[in-house]
Amino acid sequence: MKEESTTGLSRRGFFRAAGAGAVAAAGVSLVPVTASADAAKTMAAIDKLTGGAATMSGRINMKTPIIAENGAVVPIIISVDSPMTDSDHVKSLSVFVQNNPSPEVATFNFTPACGAAEVKVNCRMAKTSAIVAVAMMSDGSVYKAEKTVKVTIGGCGG
Amino acid sequence: MASARLKVPKKAKKGDIITVKSLIKHKMETGQRKGKDGKPIPRMIIKNVTATYNGAEVFSADWAPAVSANPFLSFKVRATESGTIELKWTDDNGKVVSQSAKITVQ
Repeated sequence: MKEESTTGLSRRGFFRAAGAGAVAAAGVSLVPVTASADAAKTMAAIDKLTGGAATMSGRINMKTPIIAENGAVVPIIISVDSPMTDSDHVKSLSVFVQNNPSPEVATFNFTPACGAAEVKVNCRMAKTSAIVAVAMMSDGSVYKAEKTVKVTIGGCGG
Repeated sequence: MASARLKVPKKAKKGDIITVKSLIKHKMETGQRKGKDGKPIPRMIIKNVTATYNGAEVFSADWAPAVSANPFLSFKVRATESGTIELKWTDDNGKVVSQSAKITVQ
């Protein structure tokens, strides 16, 4: 990311960061067991939000970093294709980070006055995880998209 | 919550979709961290942000502790008339901070 290059990492700092990356990569093989539990937790949160409605893919565009060096600040931009008219607009957009202690990040409520359903926000990520976006439309349909972000240093404290 | 910043274009053409950017200083304590005494630091986050355009609510956001400290937020609004865009941030203590910006629509 841009911020990283401007900080001017020293040679030592670089190797330290690279080492941390290697540790994170080594840890990946251990993840799946817990990941499925986290995925179930996220699914439960989504079902609670949507009332168990079937989700469709598409219409959601997510711009996320491929690798986040710092899990405390992960910039995400999410937009939903919609004409944003009174009869056809995005009612809400919810964001989840699957492997966080609690997956909910935020819910954004739009109105037709927005003109476009697009938000940018910084979120915290404890570890490498899928970011899931769920958009609820005014006609009751629900769209879902997800993207994986690798995290080098987690940002949830503890 | 000390300083809150809000940025909207000074001028816009009627019907244009403008970007509203905001930034507020807040530690967004997650409730997951432990202090030096080993006790968890209580949760203290901004839980709601609401945007109004000339008094009418156009956008709102409900946040969880997973939103970063000093939260940045940007979203879109369709410019319809000259006036004021105001954002209100509410935290766990119920403290409200608001910031407004003027826009001229031609």
